[in-house]
Amino acid sequence: MLANFSFRTIVEYLPLFGQGLVATLWLSVLSFAGALAIGIIACGMNLQRSRLLRAPAKVYIDAVRATPLLAQLYFLYFGLPRLGFILPELVVGVLALSLNSGAYIAEIIRAGILSIPRGQVEAGVASGMTFVQRMRLVILPQAFRVTIPPLLGQAIVLVKDSALLSLISVAELTRAGQLLASDRFMPAEAFITVAACYLLLYYGLKGLARGSERWLGSRTVRSRT
Amino acid sequence: MIWQQLHSLIGSYPLALRGLGMTAVLSLISLALGTLIGFALGVLRAGDSRTLSGVIGAWVDLIRGTPFLVQIFLIFFILPELGVELDAFTAGIIGLTNLASCFICEIVVAGIRAVPTGQVEAALASGLSRWQRMRQVVLPQAMRVVLPPLVGQYVLLIKDSSVVSAIGLTDLTRVGWLVVQRVPNGLLVFALVGLAYFIVCYPLILLASRLEKRLGAAHAEVQL
Repeated sequence: MLANFSFRTIVEYLPLFGQGLVATLWLSVLSFAGALAIGIIACGMNLQRSRLLRAPAKVYIDAVRATPLLAQLYFLYFGLPRLGFILPELVVGVLALSLNSGAYIAEIIRAGILSIPRGQVEAGVASGMTFVQRMRLVILPQAFRVTIPPLLGQAIVLVKDSALLSLISVAELTRAGQLLASDRFMPAEAFITVAACYLLLYYGLKGLARGSERWLGSRTVRSRT
Repeated sequence: MIWQQLHSLIGSYPLALRGLGMTAVLSLISLALGTLIGFALGVLRAGDSRTLSGVIGAWVDLIRGTPFLVQIFLIFFILPELGVELDAFTAGIIGLTNLASCFICEIVVAGIRAVPTGQVEAALASGLSRWQRMRQVVLPQAMRVVLPPLVGQYVLLIKDSSVVSAIGLTDLTRVGWLVVQRVPNGLLVFALVGLAYFIVCYPLILLASRLEKRLGAAHAEVQL
């Protein structure tokens, strides 16, 4: 029964959970930065006319979206050493998370760019703007507004997905829980604490997403009038 | 050497079949149950009762805010402490069904809220009962908004079923993990595992985006 739920043990292990929380946080930030870079490149390639550029981006995006992250993680974890890359688990984990989220971010950015009405692009062309000017002055500022909320949604997904790194023994939040569970045979204490820590991150990010939506929403309305 | 590896790979096909079967059974059962429960929860959450709606909303938020891996550990390790005997398979089914229900609930709520209030008022004015209103007026129109993300959600759930390998269920991903201990070629083994998921998930992804285009277009037509 949960009658002997031991808060004392949780307090005793609090430093471990703290370290786990910090590790989860910064490896998520790192992976999100990587994913953003990969996503922008993949999306840029995917929007080109040239088949040669478009095909690899499309294969990458589809392959990632149609397979589980865990399989991708194991693919890199067991596959990279075979190619001669012996990397620490943490690096493999961040790489897997970046590649995984990168594909989703590429699609989010694409949706943002395609949401701009064609007339805007044509107006840009008619005003004699170059491709770069059109992108920088017309499309991207508007696409930015549409993309921020789903990007934050993806950040939430990424933080939760980072729990899977515990399965290749990266020292993060879920791993901290596993350690406590196996040290003291207290899975209830361990995983309830872990869940609470993730909820903390979740509500933080959700608040941020809400705030950004309100901020962007008010800006859009103002610029329209 | 590659031939030797291929040979032992072919030798492990019974294991692969077992894994495929496990992933298929897990996904099918939890998707079917999750769709039923998700729709029920969605209708209740969009309903009049504030308390009920609040409770469901809070639960959905808890599930959406924690990693599925942690949920699976909680179910697998804590339910026995509460006196519920369960094996890994049952724990996997409970976890996946719960996850599916929560995500589908949110999709259904969004669909119901997208139906114009005039429709509900018209149904009320025609003297339809609550159940008739839901079944004949609101849900059929909500389906247009619900269907594309629902199919997308199915893809996510099939992929999430790989996480139950962490509590020792021999699903497709776990089979990959077992085989790679014998055949030391992670690239090949997990490329094959990925391919198996891809064959199921990719058509569903295509279906979801086609539905979105078609139903989205239909929606725009109506609004004109």
